[in-house]
Amino acid sequence: MSAIRTVVRGAQRRRVSTIVIIMATAMAVTATVLAGLLLAASSAPFANAFAQQHGAHLTAIFDAAKTTKDQAAATAGQAEQTAGPYPVTTVTATPQGAPPGPGGPQLKVVGRADPGGDAIDKVTLLAGRWARAAGEIVVARGDVRIPTGIVLRLEDGSTLTVVGEARSISQTAQAWVTPDQAVALGQTGWQMLYRYADASSETAMTAHEAALGAGAQTQSWLDVRNDAAHRTQLFVPLLSAFGLIGLALAALVIGNVTAGTVASATRRIGVMKALGLTPAQVVRACLVQALIPGLIGAVLGIVAGDLLAIPLTADVADLFGTVPMSVTPWVDAAAIVAAILLIAATAAPAAWRAARLRTVDALAVGRAPHSGRGRVAARLAARTRLPRPVSLGLAQPFTRPARLLAILLTVGLGTAAATFAIGLASSLREIQAAAEKPDTSADVLVMPMDDRDLRPIVAATPGTGRYYGRGPADIAVDGLREPARGTITSGDARWAGYEMLDGQWYTGPGEAVVNTAFLTATGKKIGDTVTGAGHEPLTLVGEVFDGSANNHLYTDQASVPAGVVRGFEWYVELTPGTGRDTYIAALRSQNVAAEATGSEGLDGTLILLDSLTALLTALLVSVAALGVLNAVVLDSRDRVHDIGVHKSVGMTPRQTAVMVIASVGVPGLLGGVLGVPAGYLLHRWAVPAMAHGAGIRLPQSTIEVYGAILLAALTLAGLVLAAGGALLPAGWAARTRTAVALRTE
Amino acid sequence: MTPAAKGALAADARCGRASLASLTMIDVADVSRRYDGGQAALDHLSLHVAEGECLALLGPSGSGKSTLLNLIAGLDRPTEGTVTVGGTRVDRLSEAAAARYRRATIGLVFQFFNLIDDLTVTDNVLLPAQIAGRPATQSRRRAAELLETLGIDRHAGAYPGRLSGGERQRVAVARALMNRPPLLLADEPTGALDTASGAEVRKLLVDLHADGQTIVLVTHDEVLAATVATRTVRLVDGQVAGA
Ligand SMILES: Nc1ncnc2c1ncn2[C@@H]1O[C@H](COP(=O)(O)OP(=O)(O)OP(=O)(O)O)[C@@H](O)[C@H]1O
Ligand SMILES: [Mg+2]
Repeated sequence: MSAIRTVVRGAQRRRVSTIVIIMATAMAVTATVLAGLLLAASSAPFANAFAQQHGAHLTAIFDAAKTTKDQAAATAGQAEQTAGPYPVTTVTATPQGAPPGPGGPQLKVVGRADPGGDAIDKVTLLAGRWARAAGEIVVARGDVRIPTGIVLRLEDGSTLTVVGEARSISQTAQAWVTPDQAVALGQTGWQMLYRYADASSETAMTAHEAALGAGAQTQSWLDVRNDAAHRTQLFVPLLSAFGLIGLALAALVIGNVTAGTVASATRRIGVMKALGLTPAQVVRACLVQALIPGLIGAVLGIVAGDLLAIPLTADVADLFGTVPMSVTPWVDAAAIVAAILLIAATAAPAAWRAARLRTVDALAVGRAPHSGRGRVAARLAARTRLPRPVSLGLAQPFTRPARLLAILLTVGLGTAAATFAIGLASSLREIQAAAEKPDTSADVLVMPMDDRDLRPIVAATPGTGRYYGRGPADIAVDGLREPARGTITSGDARWAGYEMLDGQWYTGPGEAVVNTAFLTATGKKIGDTVTGAGHEPLTLVGEVFDGSANNHLYTDQASVPAGVVRGFEWYVELTPGTGRDTYIAALRSQNVAAEATGSEGLDGTLILLDSLTALLTALLVSVAALGVLNAVVLDSRDRVHDIGVHKSVGMTPRQTAVMVIASVGVPGLLGGVLGVPAGYLLHRWAVPAMAHGAGIRLPQSTIEVYGAILLAALTLAGLVLAAGGALLPAGWAARTRTAVALRTE
Repeated sequence: MTPAAKGALAADARCGRASLASLTMIDVADVSRRYDGGQAALDHLSLHVAEGECLALLGPSGSGKSTLLNLIAGLDRPTEGTVTVGGTRVDRLSEAAAARYRRATIGLVFQFFNLIDDLTVTDNVLLPAQIAGRPATQSRRRAAELLETLGIDRHAGAYPGRLSGGERQRVAVARALMNRPPLLLADEPTGALDTASGAEVRKLLVDLHADGQTIVLVTHDEVLAATVATRTVRLVDGQVAGA
């Protein structure tokens, strides 16, 4: 065993490379943990969160005026498990400081003493604390966030302070207060939560609902699950893609690190064999040598991964509308086991090769002529007109094809991740822009006013160019339970900027365009006719993208009975030279409300996705850079003697650094050349898949977001990534003392 | 050696040796080199080498010969004292300046050749010129001449691993002479060679010196010292013995 210790100690003396090995392994394991969490979080997010909260299969509210608390409680016998009754009320709350006016958010408030601790619907606290006293409220986190600390003003003038944010997967409330507070706010009902043994089918749930009687207002978990599915399916392909790239990259880096560690021990092993080490001892020594820094790195990586997992899982949960996963020690355990197996699996063959190597050959490693690989490259490089340090560096990787391949793949995966992330961010931006275009294509929006017909006013105002009106209406459609949301236009709305997926915008009465969700829900195609109460048959002439997963139909005013739309909004394009402000002032002077159109800015989900993508990309690119760093450190160590020789014949530190950086030039460039198309294809697959999951079809413009210049720049980014990874070792190589390097065996 | 070949070697000789023998090439003044914690490898040593001289450094193992050579080559710095070569204060040079100084002034030959295994003989010889950014055609001509002069032009396209020890050392000498350095430093150039190969290299050094090349030679080989050197200095414990 002491012989083994000698080999191991030999490795530990090379402190810099040991630190690099530990760091690279740690980063790779961190990436594994996070990738594993992403994959875990992306698989059945709703089901997991629902199970975690022990969600309610059925939520019922009984009218407090007709049902007593005891009557509500008596329904418990019908279910396997129940919680409640809890007092319920609805309040209209405006954040203090917001301009006064109607239309603050309506909140369904439930009074529960301990929402996190009940038998059913264990609500997860996301920020702050639970309400403990009168005047305190905890709000559900949704698309609109009401942060802790805000004071909400109620209609009667009283106030509630937000002390926390929480999320109920069963969607049982929009806010929680203490039971006494709920009663004080003016109780309107009793809420009961039920769990059943058989809750998986629509039929079973309908029966359970019926059993509660007509007086109960119910919500089935199946509907909640459907709503959630749209949201979660949207992001699953994205997060899975990141997770898989992360795993591949981590495996590559760990494998490369391990192989390098063993290879660098070969000469020492030769010496030990000359002194009588058996092959079995050699294998053991190699494994130990690879596993020690590997294990230290893995443990550090787990710690870092668990720390980073906190913000990551919180972001992912917000994205999915679920709750952060509870501690997942199995991901940590799996990451450690995977890392150890991978290290052993890479080290074992390398160790076996070292053990079988004839002792003389092992001793000669680094001294005797190499296998002769890479000489063609060296000759070719020598013939170029490049400065000699550059051509020397460029040819270097070809002497070790395995390492060349490892750097190439590492850079390739790094660039693929960056390409994918950038494409994704652009796509999301394009999608939002396309969805928003009808609201931003005009210059001025003229608001509807009661029953006043604004068209003559708009037409008469100086500066008006093109204009059209738009208003909402419910359109009954045979075959659909609920009416479709209709958008009725007046005038020529072709320039409004609705992105057509198929067919064209309507040109006359009796024609309509619809969004993808409408076609999916009705099973109709372009060219079919839609009938329904209250309107003439409508021929579908186009499929439009509007970013919505609900059923939308667009048609002209002439296609529907007059008076269906109560007030039109008018979208006006101004003639050149007309100022928006003067135009709006002119309308206001006639008591007509108007405003400049504008983008609403990024929505919350988009910001969340952006930060998540940025975090994951930064992580993957760092792992890739560290992988390159490790490979270059190993390589420089193998070449320390040659570097000394170069310096002895007059190579300056700067030239040495240039040589080392140039050595990653070829794999860096090739990595970019391979990685960019890979990221491109991944994006081409993932973005439409995301949209498909959400029931949306995307316009081509939102998928084809890569320009030639961007792709070229990303390809070069591979080179930058590789050079970035080589920078530190290049500096070290430049500083190597020549006299010492020449003594190194 | 043909007269033409001699010309190739003599190209860097400044002038006739006799007339300039008094000009100083190396001035090592009161130099000490201590490695961390240990005993001094060089201990207040002073040494003068004139242009055109061939000095042999003798001494037991560990007496500091290689350390002294490293200081003169600018590969290492003294702990105390000054090293001046051809008017340049070598001990004060930065790493980059030392590299440029080596290109211009020093040719180095080692006991174990220190050739780059992945480069052909020609590319090894060309290396100092290429690193210095010398014009390619001229360098190629010079390399070819050197290889011919040293009798290894047959192996121009071969890799060092295939050559015998003597041949490898001649490649190393060719590489050292590539940039026509005023000063050739050789650390036990025959130390790894058998008798026959050792004799080849010895003859080569004699010819070089005859053409005016200043040489500092570290050796255990008394025959080499006696045939080549114009002067011998013996080091013991980092000091000049019997100075
Ligand atoms: N890098 C170093 N670190 C520490 N000590 C060193 C170093 N290089 C040399 N020494 C020590 O300095 C002393 C002189 O070494 P040097 O290599 O100059 O001897 P030498 O005369 O060339 O010996 P040899 O004839 O065996 O080559 C020795 O004691 C050696 O151990
Ligand atoms: Mg020595």
